Amino acid sequence: MKLFNTILSKTVLCSVLLYGGMIHRPIQAQSLNPDADNGGLKLASGFGAIVVAEQTGKARHIAVDKTGRVFIKLKKLQKGKGIVVLQDKNGDGKADEIKSYENYIGTGMAIYQQYLYASSDSSVYRYPLEDGENAIDEKKREVVIVKLPYRPEHETKSITIDASGKLYVNIGAPSNACQVQDRTKGSPGQDPCPLLDSFAGVWQFDAQKLNQRFSDGTRFSTGLRNCVALEWDSHTNQVYALPHGRDQLNTLYPQYFTDEQNAELPSEEFVQLTKDGDYGWPYCYYDHIQGKRIQAPEYGGDGKKTGTRCEAIGAPLMAFPGHWAPNDLLFYHGNQFPERYKNGAFIAFHGSWNRAPLKQAGYFVAFVPMKDGKPSGNWEVFAEGFAGGPEIKSPKDAKHRPMGLAEGPDGSLYISDSVQGTVWRIIYIK
Amino acid sequence: MKLTITHFAIIIGLSGLVITKGYAQTVSPGKKVYDNNCLTCHQADGSGVPGMNPPLSNVSWVTGDKQKLIQIVLNGLTTPLEIDDEVYHNPMPAHKHLTDREVADVLTYIRSSFGNKASAVTVEEVKKVRGIKK
Repeated sequence: MKLFNTILSKTVLCSVLLYGGMIHRPIQAQSLNPDADNGGLKLASGFGAIVVAEQTGKARHIAVDKTGRVFIKLKKLQKGKGIVVLQDKNGDGKADEIKSYENYIGTGMAIYQQYLYASSDSSVYRYPLEDGENAIDEKKREVVIVKLPYRPEHETKSITIDASGKLYVNIGAPSNACQVQDRTKGSPGQDPCPLLDSFAGVWQFDAQKLNQRFSDGTRFSTGLRNCVALEWDSHTNQVYALPHGRDQLNTLYPQYFTDEQNAELPSEEFVQLTKDGDYGWPYCYYDHIQGKRIQAPEYGGDGKKTGTRCEAIGAPLMAFPGHWAPNDLLFYHGNQFPERYKNGAFIAFHGSWNRAPLKQAGYFVAFVPMKDGKPSGNWEVFAEGFAGGPEIKSPKDAKHRPMGLAEGPDGSLYISDSVQGTVWRIIYIK
Repeated sequence: MKLTITHFAIIIGLSGLVITKGYAQTVSPGKKVYDNNCLTCHQADGSGVPGMNPPLSNVSWVTGDKQKLIQIVLNGLTTPLEIDDEVYHNPMPAHKHLTDREVADVLTYIRSSFGNKASAVTVEEVKKVRGIKK
């Protein structure tokens, strides 16, 4: 979704040597000073933040290339453009050149082998990265995939690319729980759920092949409601995701779920995707309070029953309280942050809406320490204060919402904001 | 009690007066319906959820044509809506399971809450729309 080239991600020195002749050089964090107020964020001890840019638009995922240029995909056109490129020419950490390109909206952003990959809600495009004044040239746009399944709900297409060039695409379910009538009280769940054939999973394509259709892809994993956070990890060579859990247990099934239970359930899950793996949607959901995978009420569940189908699906790597909306995942491979962060996972929780009437939650970036591809400790809050108040009652009250994550060539962590398009650069200052 | 408040609201609505703050502060039957069926998506203050569920505050969909509004509640709406330059993608589910009175109450509530000052919706109006074939 982000990372510049994995081969070069190993050392900053390497990229400086290789690309020293280019116009743009990566800016080293050691020479940077964080903003006095850390851009309004409260960060883990030892870290500081610089606001790279503000008001770039409704930012989705971001990528940073080996020269430190930040690429932002927008979900709404800003002055008619859908990709924003930030460049810090004087090395103070702040963008002093902001350019915009292309005329489509979307979510996915990734860099692979000197190409920028960007997704609309139905296609994936790529552009060779240029060294000159313009980072990309719209005229050199190539179509990687067209006509992906699109329906208005959970329509965004997150992407990630592994070292061998496999391109993974999230195709979210245009549904809450595959009822005959979506989100409608009393409407039964469809079993089997017909949406699973072309939605609710992660599909695999070839990042180097042009003009692919949906039929050229293969379904990699299924039973995933909507994996906005989807990421290949170079350390383990595995793909991970955090599917968004289903909504509205209390409004659809008030006989089984209180408002309080609905606020916490179902869990937001952190999973490792396996080939042909099934993660249970729409038939099952995970309940971190009971520590069990539970039968969904649309399929005969009552908030307690598990059933053989759900029992067959394992527990996630980690479960978070409901509705926090994990919208990006990044495995940290840089050398700037302390050792305990190495290979660990950063998760951007966009923040909830359907915990209402209880107060909302999420709206922060978490860190999960990882060892051998599994969490090696509890999750912790890494960066918070995005929403701008102690209590968020409605998502519209949030000043910022953390959305996209990317690692820079010097190991800085970049965070984008879906409300105003602020981009923060997190540096370790000791 | 339920009848009295509803009638009170209808009278005020029909006479074109602003519904008083005092009325909004009592737990109206419309608010109860709202809390149980609408609040999660449209939020307690009617502000909605950006990109997903539209706001109910000061939008013509809510304060305008009553027949259209009743139809949306009864039959749902599956096409994305654009309001004030923001597109809302989540579908509105059908609420046929609500009684005519519940629909009238909740619409009267949303048309007079969140800064809205539109007239009440009557049971008869809901009944009429429910009778129309889609």
